[in-house]
Amino acid sequence: MQMVSKSENGNYILNVSNLTVKISNQRIIDNLNFKIKRGITLAIVGPNGAGKTTLFRALLNLVPYSGKIEWTGKLKIGYVPQILSVRDIPISVKEFLSFKNESAQDIKAVLAAVGLNSEVIDKSLSTLSGGQMRRVLIAWAIVDKPDALLFDEPTSGVDLDSEEAIYGMLRSLTAKNEITLLLISHDLHIVREYSDYALALNKCLVFFGESKEVMNPAMQKLIYGEPICKEYGDTHA
Amino acid sequence: MVTPMLETSIFGLVVAVAVGFSAGYLGSIMVLEKMALVGDALSHVALPGLALGVLFGFNPLVGGFVFLFISAVLIWHLGRVTNLSFETLVGATFTLALAIGILLFGENLDALEEALFGDIARVGLTEATVAVLISVAVISLTKFIYRKIVLGLISEELATSKGISVARINLLYLLLVSLTVAIGIQITGTLLVGFLVVTPAAAAKIISTNLSRYFTLSAIFGLISAVSGILMSSYFNVVPGPLVVISGIAIFVVAIIIRWRLRVTS
Repeated sequence: MQMVSKSENGNYILNVSNLTVKISNQRIIDNLNFKIKRGITLAIVGPNGAGKTTLFRALLNLVPYSGKIEWTGKLKIGYVPQILSVRDIPISVKEFLSFKNESAQDIKAVLAAVGLNSEVIDKSLSTLSGGQMRRVLIAWAIVDKPDALLFDEPTSGVDLDSEEAIYGMLRSLTAKNEITLLLISHDLHIVREYSDYALALNKCLVFFGESKEVMNPAMQKLIYGEPICKEYGDTHA
Repeated sequence: MVTPMLETSIFGLVVAVAVGFSAGYLGSIMVLEKMALVGDALSHVALPGLALGVLFGFNPLVGGFVFLFISAVLIWHLGRVTNLSFETLVGATFTLALAIGILLFGENLDALEEALFGDIARVGLTEATVAVLISVAVISLTKFIYRKIVLGLISEELATSKGISVARINLLYLLLVSLTVAIGIQITGTLLVGFLVVTPAAAAKIISTNLSRYFTLSAIFGLISAVSGILMSSYFNVVPGPLVVISGIAIFVVAIIIRWRLRVTS
């Protein structure tokens, strides 16, 4: 991952240019370009297999890629994957969060920040409800105070009420700590309500703009229909 | 002044404590990795090395460890190249190693029996010292990588995003298993040493809700299985391996009953 100075790139926290990712000789992401400013929430949308999770993996340097991914300055990046395998592992919430070497006090504080009471701390991860698990994951992501947060389907497996509560909490946490949030979601209502900008991906860039635009039926057809790649002159938020 | 017989028993007990504790501790990861059969099958890979030691007059345990070490590296590498699971690769290699080992032992059936079932009478001061030193090293290194391995099991992406090389940690772990199995062969032989890595951890997992309790109980159960097996073998004057297994299975059954009682009362 390359770092660039603020002066080179204004107030942009992330600059992606000509990003192409190939896995087993298949082009998963094709020539993607975008940049985003610090503190905004960007939703990544697109059909299954569009390359959304691969984009996150590239941003975290977990897969080989060509092109440039430039995070500005020395950043802490928090990441929460879509799937965790905790069912067969006897591990408590406290033990899981302490993997990040944070103090017991920090762990209690972060659990309170995500709306979990202190009784949860000694519970086994495998016994948590879907909503509690998602909150623990958010706690995991923010406990070491990241500058940017990458969240893959933040509320998959969570009921509607908990979903709204979790997004509301994410919004206040990111606003309070000026965290730049990139999230993958299939729910366009969530995208409109809780993100500032949306990036539609279908191997290549299909749409980049204000989130409210994704509610337009023509736009949805564009996003989830046959890929029609857009060439934006200056793609930024 | 202790008698030679008592001396042997004391050294045997020292090895039992060291091997039982380290195998139980290390095995707790193996059960989480769903590699229980790997521990069992990997132990058979030592057989050709033990045979070479007997044939060429060097310490068979050194030969056993070298074979385990080479096999572990080979299996780890093949796993990366082919994307096959450890279990598949170990399954493919251990029967071959067993066959080669038996052929190499040839007519030397006493040595083969010793390799298969262990011989605690041969354990002296040197063997006990080596077992303690290796166990201390294994436990320290396992402690160092434990959280990294568990995080890798929860999510390889999470581990990688924290700068953990899951593949390298797995290689180190396999090497630690090889070391523990090599010293454990003295007590239970190659046929049963896998038991010490698997069953104490399985018993601990049944009654644990958090990680620290799980690995602590696993190590203690391993220690109790090994020590009680050695003591009983001294009392009944039979080879210790099967008695170590019976002790461990008794602990496993008790753990199941405790779990069942807890479910009934909750």
